[in-house]
Amino acid sequence: MGKIQLQGVRKVFGQVTVIPGVDLTVDDGSFVVFVGPSGCGKSTLLRLIAGLEDVSGGHIFIDGRDVAGLPAAQRGLSMVFQSYALYPHMTVRGNIGFGLKMAGTPKAEIARKVEAAAATLNLTPYLERKPGQLSGGQRQRVAIGRAIVREPKAFLFDEPLSNLDAALRVQMRLEISRLQKDLGTTAIYVTHDQVEAMTMADRIVVLNQGNVEQVGSPIELYERPNSLFVAGFIGSPQMNFLKGAYAAAHGAPTIGVRPEHMRAARGGEGWKGVVAVAEHLGSDTFLHVDLAEGGIVTARVIGELGLSAGDAVVLSPDPARIYRFDADGKAVAK
Amino acid sequence: MAREHTKTYRAGISVIAWAASLTLFFPILWMVVTSFKSELDAFASPPVFLFFDWTLENYHIVQTRSDYFRHASNSVILSCGSTLLALLIAIPAAWAMAFAPSKRTKDTLLWMLSTKMMPPVGVLVPIYLLYRDTGLLDSRMGLVALLCLGNLPIVIWMLFTYFKEIPKDILEAARMDGATTLKEIVYVLAPMALPGIASTLLLNVILAWNEAFWTLNLTTSKAAPLTVFIAAYSSPEGLFWAKLSAASTLAIAPILVIGWLSQRQLVRGLTFGAVK
Amino acid sequence: MSTRQTRTAGRLLVAPSVVLLFVWMIVPLVMTLYFSTLRYSLLDPGSEVYVGLENYRYFLTDPAFFASLVNTLVLVGSVLAISIVGGIFFALLLDQPVWGLPIIRLMVIAPFFVMPTVSALIWKNLFMHPVSGLFAWIARSFGFTPVDWFAEMPLFAIIVIVAWQWLPFATLILLTALQSLDGEQKEAAEMDGAGPVSTFIWIVLPHLARPITVVILIETIFLLTVFAEILVTTGGGPGLQTTNIAFLVYAQALLQYDVGGASAGGIVAVVLANIVAFFLVRLIGKNLEA
Repeated sequence: MGKIQLQGVRKVFGQVTVIPGVDLTVDDGSFVVFVGPSGCGKSTLLRLIAGLEDVSGGHIFIDGRDVAGLPAAQRGLSMVFQSYALYPHMTVRGNIGFGLKMAGTPKAEIARKVEAAAATLNLTPYLERKPGQLSGGQRQRVAIGRAIVREPKAFLFDEPLSNLDAALRVQMRLEISRLQKDLGTTAIYVTHDQVEAMTMADRIVVLNQGNVEQVGSPIELYERPNSLFVAGFIGSPQMNFLKGAYAAAHGAPTIGVRPEHMRAARGGEGWKGVVAVAEHLGSDTFLHVDLAEGGIVTARVIGELGLSAGDAVVLSPDPARIYRFDADGKAVAK
Repeated sequence: MAREHTKTYRAGISVIAWAASLTLFFPILWMVVTSFKSELDAFASPPVFLFFDWTLENYHIVQTRSDYFRHASNSVILSCGSTLLALLIAIPAAWAMAFAPSKRTKDTLLWMLSTKMMPPVGVLVPIYLLYRDTGLLDSRMGLVALLCLGNLPIVIWMLFTYFKEIPKDILEAARMDGATTLKEIVYVLAPMALPGIASTLLLNVILAWNEAFWTLNLTTSKAAPLTVFIAAYSSPEGLFWAKLSAASTLAIAPILVIGWLSQRQLVRGLTFGAVK
Repeated sequence: MSTRQTRTAGRLLVAPSVVLLFVWMIVPLVMTLYFSTLRYSLLDPGSEVYVGLENYRYFLTDPAFFASLVNTLVLVGSVLAISIVGGIFFALLLDQPVWGLPIIRLMVIAPFFVMPTVSALIWKNLFMHPVSGLFAWIARSFGFTPVDWFAEMPLFAIIVIVAWQWLPFATLILLTALQSLDGEQKEAAEMDGAGPVSTFIWIVLPHLARPITVVILIETIFLLTVFAEILVTTGGGPGLQTTNIAFLVYAQALLQYDVGGASAGGIVAVVLANIVAFFLVRLIGKNLEA
């Protein structure tokens, strides 16, 4: 069991309000990702749930019990840190088993559980090594092993993949997702990387300046962002925003079109412009286009079109996929 | 700098450096040499440098004198005892200042430092009288307490600077793993900071070993360490140079070794982290 | 940034140190202050009388106080000068590509680890003895009359001994500071056409300014209370020639049993030390924020 509810959770550091008040429910067994730019308060929110910081106000319920006043050690959660925070003087075995040892678990049981966890994570050959003798990916796995061995109510991940190289990041992303599904344990995962958020989450919580901007499944956020902020944050490459005449034509101060929702041609009807840069990825091409009436947009074109810098181009957005935003940046219903 | 210096430059500068440092080291060298002479040779004029009958007699005499052993063991007890006691008090305090700082932490640290700057003569009289009236005069316990308090600010400061270098994440991980504050210190912080704790220990053993104000003023025989034992050689002037040298050599040898081992950390400790 | 829980634990764990140091500092100091207002002799206990500032008047107008104040200042000033200048010299020397550097380092640092009573007696006997000392032999070999150091220039003899102990300290700290100087800075100066002397004056010395200040302040704290070296060599004499404030207070208290006068002297010493401490604490405090 591991249902986490936040009720009016606030955090103030001195004069600075980092989190003005968050209400949120994380369902048992779900994988929830907190995403947002740096400084949006996502890590602070995670640390509040962990008990590494005190809330300035509000309640945190884990399975219905208010834990806001409890120390981290008594909340039954485990955490994977960005720096992994492995104990450098202990072996892998010692690291994974430390939490059990603190809980006074009998030695034989610790050994059994540690070995089981190590087997799941392919760490068995490294059990007697110290963290200093492991590669980045292995350290990451030890940190995860330390988290799962205690069978916590929920896992907390604080940007755990940001110290890994790109290839390893993709692999670990998959491993963490699969492990979480297998164990069925609630997970809260903090990241600034929207790709991680999209690929791993059951539900994404987009945070902006300490406020929950939108909560939903990855596809919901992609298809129905309720603000400029979410629209700009979810999706890669970023959504194009246009003002002026282009927007006025659709009756809104700002419109947005995703790069993949535009077609490019050498002629015809649409937004006329000149290719500034063409990035050829083989499978598709990113065209950065200077529009005739001001602004730069990026269009994603499947395959090769033979366009290069300086060529004239006409972009035609899919009319059903044009997002309209009001002056406050809120999405306007179609 | 990735540049090769010319051979002549290196040779020249090396000669100067060796000459200068040998001059500085010479008194210790001469003391060691003298400790192997007979008293007659030690006193000889012109002095004999290397060609004399080397003898271990002085060491033998110093060793067999029971009061040397008493003083030496007092030195060990006082310096180690006061240091261990100080570490016991200081480790939790340094943990708190490094990882659970409050608004007053900085002021507290500086205030602690300022206590170290109080000249001992300022409190000699009341301490002497207090110790006399409570029977602590010439007692090892009394001196251990005094040396411990005298070095406590340095111990706290050194530990603080070492603890500061340990990532906070790791202690938080221990907290998430269910460790209490005490367990966090014992199982995670202390083992990780072991090199720092060790050099703190060494520096303070050195300072306590060489302490020569309180030991000279508050002990006479029972609790007297080597500083006092050596000082006793000051009265019958000129008679026992070889034995003085032997006793002195024995008195400084362990500290010299410890000092050489910890010279780098020494800078940090003695400057309260102002120079690293 | 931490929780109430850890902050509470923090306060709890700092408390023993704070309480102990507070008691250790305040109780004796208050007692000293109190004694300093009494006529109180250890030879005649029970006859304490409140005399106000009489002891201070007596102590401060005593010619011994002025003499010992001068001696203290001369001792501190000379040792500082020798150890700073010598320390810079040694630090620069050891920063060069010298052969056998580790051994040289050990030799240079060694005197700092010698206990004060040992260094005082070794110097006094083996070196400065007027008949059999090494210096006397050297003087005679060159046809000079040997100097009776502790009779003719006792304060200078003590300065030599103390400076010998503190020169390594200055060297060690300045060398550490020197090695932290960015090599590229020196190379940049070289590219700008600076010779070794201008590099030293414009790059190295400014870099050493802070460590030098630290050395001055810390040595001053210790040098103000030089005691053992005086006790085992001259006993403050001849006359008052080598009596410093620390020794004067000791003599007043434990040789003349004048608790009141010694306490007043102790307070004077505390005030002097505090003037230095004030600057040192500010300097280190600034460093704490960086």
